[in-house]
Amino acid sequence: MINIYEVNETNQMIDEENLDVRTITLGISLLDCVDTDLDRLNEKIYRKITTLAENLVSTGEEIEKEFGIPIVNKRISVTPIALVGASACKSPEDFVSIAKTLDRAALKVGVNFIGGYSALVSKAMTKSDEDLIRSIPEALACTERICSSVNVGSTRTGINMDAVRLCGQIVKDTAEATKDRDSLGCAKLVVFCNAPDDNPFMAGAFLGVTEGDAVINVGVSGPGVVKHAIEKVRGKGFEELCETIKKTAFKITRVGQLVAGEASKRMGIPFGIIDLSLAPTPAVGDSVAEILEEIGLSQVGAPGTTAALAMLNDQVKKGGVMASSYVGGLSGAFIPVSEDKGMIDAVQAGTLTMEKLEAMTCVCSVGLDMIAIPGKTSAATISGIIADEMAIGMVNQKTTAVRLIPVIGKDVGETAQFGGLLGYAPIIPVNEADCSAFINRQGRIPAPIHSFKN
Amino acid sequence: MRKCIITVVGKDQVGIIAKVCNYLAEANINVLDISQTIVDGYFNMMTVVDVSAADRDFSVYAEDLEKLGEGMGLIIRCQRSEIFEKMHRL
Repeated sequence: MINIYEVNETNQMIDEENLDVRTITLGISLLDCVDTDLDRLNEKIYRKITTLAENLVSTGEEIEKEFGIPIVNKRISVTPIALVGASACKSPEDFVSIAKTLDRAALKVGVNFIGGYSALVSKAMTKSDEDLIRSIPEALACTERICSSVNVGSTRTGINMDAVRLCGQIVKDTAEATKDRDSLGCAKLVVFCNAPDDNPFMAGAFLGVTEGDAVINVGVSGPGVVKHAIEKVRGKGFEELCETIKKTAFKITRVGQLVAGEASKRMGIPFGIIDLSLAPTPAVGDSVAEILEEIGLSQVGAPGTTAALAMLNDQVKKGGVMASSYVGGLSGAFIPVSEDKGMIDAVQAGTLTMEKLEAMTCVCSVGLDMIAIPGKTSAATISGIIADEMAIGMVNQKTTAVRLIPVIGKDVGETAQFGGLLGYAPIIPVNEADCSAFINRQGRIPAPIHSFKN
Repeated sequence: MRKCIITVVGKDQVGIIAKVCNYLAEANINVLDISQTIVDGYFNMMTVVDVSAADRDFSVYAEDLEKLGEGMGLIIRCQRSEIFEKMHRL
């Protein structure tokens, strides 16, 4: 039988170390809503989402109460809208009407974000893909809950540089369209390489076409719990450090598995995957940077940061994999600057730079995430940064992503405020040496040699 | 059987177990096990209960127990036992 010390350990994790389940994300396929008539399509989308997700929030709240574990977000991901709207939408404006429908549906069921305003263009773009991408600035400016993503590359296909070029401009236009809110729209726009079909985390969540009609995916978190656990092995060898991280990741993930199973059972929707991630928040004690500092860095960004992060990421996966029946999504340590107090401090102190962040993305779960850059940064430079990050993903056969916020009207030394879980970010300097001749080349970068595995 | 774990934490005082158990009896909740320790003068109790025959909903007795605790300056929490079993047992 469970003893009092184990009960206290769990409750201490919840009360003092910010253990939570970060998100229950209900994936909904919209493929069966496809219609040639835009009004009918919008109506079918609204009906399907509001019916399937009707009890999502209340189910999450019930589970929270019964098990005593906070479930921070209840969210929805849908089939990439570029596919769903391909038949009905003749222009970017038509796609914006779908964004508004999704936003209304999200409001109705009480979720704070709905992901899947997306296009998958890793090799080339259809007209519909391009229209959707061109509609992103307007779609993000006139909605509150929509999250958008574009997959512009993969290990199997190479990098679609036409899409990279377009996305640089789209990031810039989105920033401009939401400049009254510190370019907040860009916080809801992710450019991916090797995007997973089952990611429950925003802003990059969508439900891939390999998925079923509806699925429950759960994202766990718990940087504070890992930090607290490794405080006890300060000064000890790597073996003990790694064992401690693994055991902690196991415990955290088991809670996610329990919540996922309960949500699936209560909603009558199959369980998909657990995303074993260390997802920070701006709250003190809920930071991945603080874990790296506890491992032995005076501040994140110092030499050794990449190695420490690589080790942390790997141990989280090793501990978590055994705790869940299915693992997927992004799984690993997130390093979003604005959502992590330790990262924010390191950027402010000048210890953490864009180049170091790029190096860190080679070994962590995602990419250049929630980084505020000067509003004057050119679209070509943003495309260049995207291309670099996509190349890291393509060559290393991992997911990488770029979520940059060029804060219009602000420059290095100033701070962008996004609010809530999105946090705030000091504006980081960007290398402004011109790369436009590279970005303006047409076509795509071929798939790397090691992708030819057949 | 449907097990819950009730934890009580706070300043030690007369009648904590009595009051909690009285409420449980009234709600037809069976006590399976009680353990307690005092750490630095703080009372720390864990009760394993079977709620399968409870005459009210989880949200009702969980909230009643919480309020009972508030009245005595204690934190009383009721959670389904699976969260602990999943985390600490293979």
